[in-house]
Amino acid sequence: MTRIDARFAALRAEGRKAFVAYVMAGDPDFESSLEILKGLPGAGVDVIELGLPFTDPMADGPVIQLAGQRALAAGQTLKKTLALVQAFREDEDEAPIVLMGYYNPIMNHGVEPFLRDAKAAGVDGLIIVDLPPEEDDELCIPAQEAGLNFIRLATPTTDERRLPKVMQNTSGFVYYVSITGITGAANAVAGEVGPEVDRIKAVTDLPVVVGFGIKTPDAGREIARIADGAVVGSAIVDLVGKGRPPAEVLDFIRKLADGAHSA
Amino acid sequence: MSSELINSFKTGPDENGRFGTFGGRFVSETLMPLILDLETEYEKTKTDQSFWDEMDHLWTHYVGRPSPLYFAERLTDRLGGAKIYMKRDELNHTGAHKINNVLGQIILARRMGKSRIIAETGAGQHGVATATVCAKFGLKCVVYMGAHDVERQKPNVFRMKLLGAEVVPVTSGRGTLKDAMNDALRDWVTYVRDTFYCIGTVAGPHPYPAMVRDFQSIIGKEARSQMNEAEGRLPDTVIAAIGGGSNAMGLFHPFLDDRSVRIIGVEAGGKGVDDRMEHCASLTGGRPGVLHGNRTYLLQDGDGQILEGFSISAGLDYPGIGPEHSWLHETGRAEYVSVTDQEALKAFQLSCETEGIIPALEPSHALAHVAKIAPGLPSDHVICMNMCGRGDKDIFTVAKALDWNMTEFD
Repeated sequence: MTRIDARFAALRAEGRKAFVAYVMAGDPDFESSLEILKGLPGAGVDVIELGLPFTDPMADGPVIQLAGQRALAAGQTLKKTLALVQAFREDEDEAPIVLMGYYNPIMNHGVEPFLRDAKAAGVDGLIIVDLPPEEDDELCIPAQEAGLNFIRLATPTTDERRLPKVMQNTSGFVYYVSITGITGAANAVAGEVGPEVDRIKAVTDLPVVVGFGIKTPDAGREIARIADGAVVGSAIVDLVGKGRPPAEVLDFIRKLADGAHSA
Repeated sequence: MSSELINSFKTGPDENGRFGTFGGRFVSETLMPLILDLETEYEKTKTDQSFWDEMDHLWTHYVGRPSPLYFAERLTDRLGGAKIYMKRDELNHTGAHKINNVLGQIILARRMGKSRIIAETGAGQHGVATATVCAKFGLKCVVYMGAHDVERQKPNVFRMKLLGAEVVPVTSGRGTLKDAMNDALRDWVTYVRDTFYCIGTVAGPHPYPAMVRDFQSIIGKEARSQMNEAEGRLPDTVIAAIGGGSNAMGLFHPFLDDRSVRIIGVEAGGKGVDDRMEHCASLTGGRPGVLHGNRTYLLQDGDGQILEGFSISAGLDYPGIGPEHSWLHETGRAEYVSVTDQEALKAFQLSCETEGIIPALEPSHALAHVAKIAPGLPSDHVICMNMCGRGDKDIFTVAKALDWNMTEFD
């Protein structure tokens, strides 16, 4: 059982919804990023998604693109991101961390060394946007064997025929992408997302969290009502991009967490 | 399976879209169902005679195919060695080979009921070809073009606008072809249901590399039979320039199983292929990685971050290369070399002076390599190079590089 499995089991036992926060590793620099990361559990974040900076984030909108560029300009690398996780784990052993990003930096590092290093650093799961089930042999299967969850994205275009394939080899939780589009773009509409979440729950026992297009505490609450949790990314990262200090970013995250938890 | 087929270089890709370990379908889940639909539709279409009849009709009456195979006599004399032929794809409607592929994809898009076409473009040739065919069929067309390329290829931007396309300048990254492709993919993921992404080169997720190659192979098929007519035999060497590699793949593919034919791809060496990484030579100066839906050779740093290529030619300014080229490189069936901006500029002038043909900067790279090897080859050695585009779009860039003041005629 990974920290992710344990966390969702605990939430289910308490009858609470999950709040998932996305931040970019090394944004705006290593130290500030670590300060934010360390503050997330205290701010009410149940699962942490830590973005891996990449030069060509094809599924991301301008806010996350710029965050990646800031991190890279400040010298962030995959190795430093694992060091960031390791530093976080020094005094936090329960909050799950999921690395979210693109395959090339991992392939460049080498899949086996990456899985070994990630596990040792305290990473619990992976969301790799450009690895659909068709490419499961690349990283998904080796990651599961190494004891990491491989979390899949399901989308509005994932039809009935395809859904079982998407659910196969996935673990931890399912991330439902609420819109066709890039991160931080359109607003998620609870009325449309609800039936989609039900559709996924019909074929899996895994928790289903919803992300993309959730920007406010109210929106988070609406979405958390019809799913097992809500993810907020761009709205948080945007504050970091505006140069707000870590304490202010964490205040905003606390409001978002309270919103989702009030569902 | 016959032993001939086992030894064939023409059987790829496999059912997973792989050429050896290259290629594949590295895209987000939102796009995956679309990619699979496209694959199904293309598999159906490519054996449908009515599709190829429509293509042939348009290739003949709209594009002006077949393009001539031209014996470059004065160039041959000047270089004093091998006999040089040019496959004149620069004479196509819209001035380059790009339209061969665009026609195929747009006809396919129409069959799939898509009403909106998007494309990425570097030099603007693919954008112009896409805008042209969309105008012909009355389809909405949106072209993503790096802001830096918009600046250095203004005539093509104006052409696209005249043809009714919306040109979106891309400012992310350094504003070149790679960034335009990122934004085109972001558009596609957003308007996935009614939009067809018309990719301009033999890259991207499966089935694009195979599909674009199949459409561009008309170049090599024609060259093969035209060479037979002119020389009574196959060429000894075929040469083409490579950015993503579609004109090269189109010329090479029909010759892959002719072991006597030497195949050479010419990458853009920019300021020189060295540690400064100011070039676009993915095969000679990069290593395998995953970008834009496929595994292939890429320019990248030690952390796996993609580097911006550099070339005087906007059409070659891309840090990757089609996956089939990566495979041909690793199997050794094709050789890949690079030439610098300066060498390409010299070849550009050489073509103008000796043949009265103003070439695009892209095929100027292929010509530069021809100029390197031809003098050392015997006079009965036959070279076929792909003159894949004309240079009208490049005269401002070349004038600047040669310190020619274009305003003095104002």
